[in-house]
Amino acid sequence: MKKVYGSATEALEGLLHDGMLIAAGGFGLSGIPELLIDGIVASGVKDLTVASNNAGVDDFGLGKLLATRQIRKMMSSYVGENAEFMRQYLSGELELEFNPQGTLAERMRAGGAGIPGFYTKTGVGTVIADGKEVKTFDGQDYILERGIFADLAIVKAWKADETGNAVFRKTARNFNPPAAMCGKICVMEVEEIVPTGSLEGDAIHLPGIYVHRLIQGPHEKRIEQRTTRKRESA
Amino acid sequence: MAWDRNQMAARAAQELQDGWYVNLGIGIPTLVSNYIPEGITVTLQSENGMLGMGPFPYEGDEDADLINAGKQTITELPHTSYFDSAQSFAMIRGGKIAMAILGAMEVAENGDLANWMIPGKLVKGMGGAMDLVAGVGRVVVVMDHANKHGESKVLKECTLPLTGKGVVDRIITNMGVLDVVDGGLRIVECADGVTEAELRAATQATLVD
Repeated sequence: MKKVYGSATEALEGLLHDGMLIAAGGFGLSGIPELLIDGIVASGVKDLTVASNNAGVDDFGLGKLLATRQIRKMMSSYVGENAEFMRQYLSGELELEFNPQGTLAERMRAGGAGIPGFYTKTGVGTVIADGKEVKTFDGQDYILERGIFADLAIVKAWKADETGNAVFRKTARNFNPPAAMCGKICVMEVEEIVPTGSLEGDAIHLPGIYVHRLIQGPHEKRIEQRTTRKRESA
Repeated sequence: MAWDRNQMAARAAQELQDGWYVNLGIGIPTLVSNYIPEGITVTLQSENGMLGMGPFPYEGDEDADLINAGKQTITELPHTSYFDSAQSFAMIRGGKIAMAILGAMEVAENGDLANWMIPGKLVKGMGGAMDLVAGVGRVVVVMDHANKHGESKVLKECTLPLTGKGVVDRIITNMGVLDVVDGGLRIVECADGVTEAELRAATQATLVD
């Protein structure tokens, strides 16, 4: 079965419908599926719920899907640095479900692992626990969180072979593996598709079983906060 | 007289122990990495998926694939490892991270922490703070003793939505160091030039001996 597609639009063909739940990889602007986000913008699909740690910035990443009003609800842990997001949220146009970052990651991982719910101590005694089952194990309280089963996962890796075996680079890995796992279908974009057999089997970060469709860059890879130090003079 | 931001960070660095894996929050806690005591090796975790966080890169060496949890460009070290977000919070929730040093808006005498949200103001989110305070071995808060109106941030009860309930072990402020103990807070030390009477007067929380 062929997994490699020629473009984001081709790779998303037949997978998009209004009101769907999409899980997206990335942390800030690092490791975000920027080509697939552009493809979803171009498709015009709407009323999306997007599970993603962040919401991009105004003109990049998921910020583009907010600008076109295609997102109805975000499931995120941190949404600063995005003025349009705040405008839509405060005016009631956009729904927001805050998830602690680790809870969001585990909800994706759990969904991908076939686990519909799990107990965590994160958020006990806070507003995050409101309406959730509390269970005591060995004298400590935990709350029930649900696995996420997304209609579609969009993720970005560094390299993949033609079967979808993927390798990530540095902290651009972040939410991409758990997001990929929790999608009924996962579309992955990479900077380079390499011949099958050229990646070391022991070094695969995400096995190709989780990846159904694959496209190749180029990527802008924008930096959100450029922090540096001066070279010491010789 | 009291500690400035760098002195608070230097005092917080005295909390570190050799071999520890530690998570530093944004703001003053980030400065702690400048004051790690000689002869002590600590590994800094960045919850976006990295152990062994290095300093900022030299100009021209910035890498979009290498950022910290504050989205700043950073560098790696010889012992650096990378992992995904689920793995990152497995080690946080699983108690493998010895200590988190975090900023705060309010801390209460029972160890309640509020540092993520002010109702009615723009809400950005809790990020990984709720997971960190629930999971790591020891939580140290570094913050100013009073808010910009001069009111104590060390309270009998938090007024803001909580990040965690009963999670703080030690508070380091510009005025001194306090521990959360049975019945309230215990003064560990006063900052340079601060008397115990001044520290007591500036603290709303119950102080016990």
